[in-house]
Amino acid sequence: MPWQLYASWALATRLDALYLTIYALFALGGYVARVIVEVMLKPEIHDPQGEAVLSASHRLGFGNVTEVRQGKRFELEIDGPAGGEALAAVEELARELLANPVIEEFTLRAAD
Amino acid sequence: MQIGVVTFPGSLDDTDAARAVRYAGAEPVSLWHADRDLRGVDAVILPGGFSYGDYLRCGAIARFSPVMAELVPAARAGLPVLGICNGFQILCEAHLLPGALTRNADLRFITRDVRLKVDNAKTPWTAGYVSGQQLLVPLKSGEGAFAADEATLDALEATGRVVVRYDSDAPNGSARGIAGICSEAGNVVGLMPHPEHAIDALTGPSADGLGFFASVVHEFAGAAR
Repeated sequence: MPWQLYASWALATRLDALYLTIYALFALGGYVARVIVEVMLKPEIHDPQGEAVLSASHRLGFGNVTEVRQGKRFELEIDGPAGGEALAAVEELARELLANPVIEEFTLRAAD
Repeated sequence: MQIGVVTFPGSLDDTDAARAVRYAGAEPVSLWHADRDLRGVDAVILPGGFSYGDYLRCGAIARFSPVMAELVPAARAGLPVLGICNGFQILCEAHLLPGALTRNADLRFITRDVRLKVDNAKTPWTAGYVSGQQLLVPLKSGEGAFAADEATLDALEATGRVVVRYDSDAPNGSARGIAGICSEAGNVVGLMPHPEHAIDALTGPSADGLGFFASVVHEFAGAAR
């Protein structure tokens, strides 16, 4: 039935338009932001993993490497823009969960 | 006396901990990580293992499990709690004990019997020992090096909160040879070596570890009298 075909075509195009709008909003970066949190052991905490990587670097012939400290990087996607409030919330999360302040320190920033 | 033994996803030593509780003459009660009550137990053991696969940091995820929401206030109110190995790591992550457990100094996972010296024989978990007593119990951990800032270490030593120490050099690089510590009130004790694996000559290197469990049972009986 031609009218049914038309109806489904119309619906499909309208859905396409909707998806396109949502995609455009996301692509413009207005509604989803990314925040990078980097966690490192405090300088006074012994980092045996970093030392192992350092000695492996030397065995590989990279003799000019003098120190390696190993850490973690978290990439968080958050709803809404990475404004002050959102960053403050991520900072709290980093302090509570992502890093252990007894042995680690962290930095955070909004991704480009 | 009923002693709860918490099982997290990835716990390994809950069965041995329950066995040690039975050996000491108390009744073990299985607690599940998703439980929202402690079933009226008189003490709790957080056993060894790799809760939540040691994701993020050892003990970091377990700290947020429902049973911990019940355990933390109970421990602060005086409930005797013993954290062994991963249990010790969880207690530190939950801020019931200070400091943190970090990667062994030589990066190797250590599985061997170690000699410990009891420093504090006044906690409910060590009252059956005498200060200076030597214990032979297994150590099996990859992240067992206790770390804290100098001020915290000084405070722990000054207030007698180092419960057990490695008798010779700490095999894992633990600060000041610390193998276990307790909370300010003494009721929360955490240690990396495994007393529950040393409760009889058949299955362990000694029966030295039984004292942890016998102590709390004895203390409880004394309090009830």
